[in-house]
Amino acid sequence: MAIVLYRIDDRLIHGQVVVGWGQPLDIRFIVLIDDEVASSEWEQELYRMGVPPEMEVHFLSIADAETQLARYRADARRGILLTGDIESMRRLVDAGGVSSVNLGGIHHRAGRTQRLRYIFLSSDEESALRELAARGVAVSAQDVPGARPVPLDDLLAGVAS
Amino acid sequence: MSNVGVPAPERPLESRDAERPVARAIVAGHGDFASGLVSAVDVITGRGAQLIPVAVPGLCAEDIEQLIRDRMQESGVKVIFTDLQAGSCTMAARRILRGMSDAVLIAGANLPTLLDFVFSEQLPPIDAAKHAAERGRAAITVLGPAGK
Repeated sequence: MAIVLYRIDDRLIHGQVVVGWGQPLDIRFIVLIDDEVASSEWEQELYRMGVPPEMEVHFLSIADAETQLARYRADARRGILLTGDIESMRRLVDAGGVSSVNLGGIHHRAGRTQRLRYIFLSSDEESALRELAARGVAVSAQDVPGARPVPLDDLLAGVAS
Repeated sequence: MSNVGVPAPERPLESRDAERPVARAIVAGHGDFASGLVSAVDVITGRGAQLIPVAVPGLCAEDIEQLIRDRMQESGVKVIFTDLQAGSCTMAARRILRGMSDAVLIAGANLPTLLDFVFSEQLPPIDAAKHAAERGRAAITVLGPAGK
């Protein structure tokens, strides 16, 4: 499988993704799943300018991703798939082929409780993650490769920090 | 915008100048990049108060954008220095500057960049920023076996 990391990160493409994960994993492409970005040339250009020339970026709506991920999984190179929220990733899990999910950055918003320095979750979001785990998806939080992965159970039990 | 995860508002560093310089630029980036560089500028020149350091731990993209926008409006500065082209501060700054013809973003700033900027008070801030970017780029030197 050429997509080596399925990551939820509300900052989408940023330093941790491009440099933190991109360099040690030799990432050659990013598939960014976001309806707003997929519909905006300006947003796409913004994100493209942030990646080095040897790294491709593909932009897909959630609906297109549900049907088109097979070709990225068949790519011989290594790639990262990014969504900006849990619900988008849940839909990709529903579509099949996602065995593990990395929680890379879900930051503060009203109604969310801090679980880690970079993870804040509402009760609905916690339920959604538990549901993913119950379906056999390995869910863990890890902002950068050198950090200890925090399994979802530890994250939600508050024993992670 | 929430303040959770945001350190207490960072005051411009004390300057050794008799008159405190007016802030002329924002410095934003990962971790303590901004406060570290501004501290270094102040130690070297006493002119650190020209720079407003902004840190963004724990913030989502929208809150980063709002924080930088607030700092720009409070201070009236039109120059932003950031650390990494792919960084979320850079992304936020580009969104803020979209459609603004009187502001500039310098991504990839380093200490020589900021040192040149704080000594270019005779130039309009945007011109000073562009000049500083060239100085910063030229200041990277390889020494030892691979260099001269």
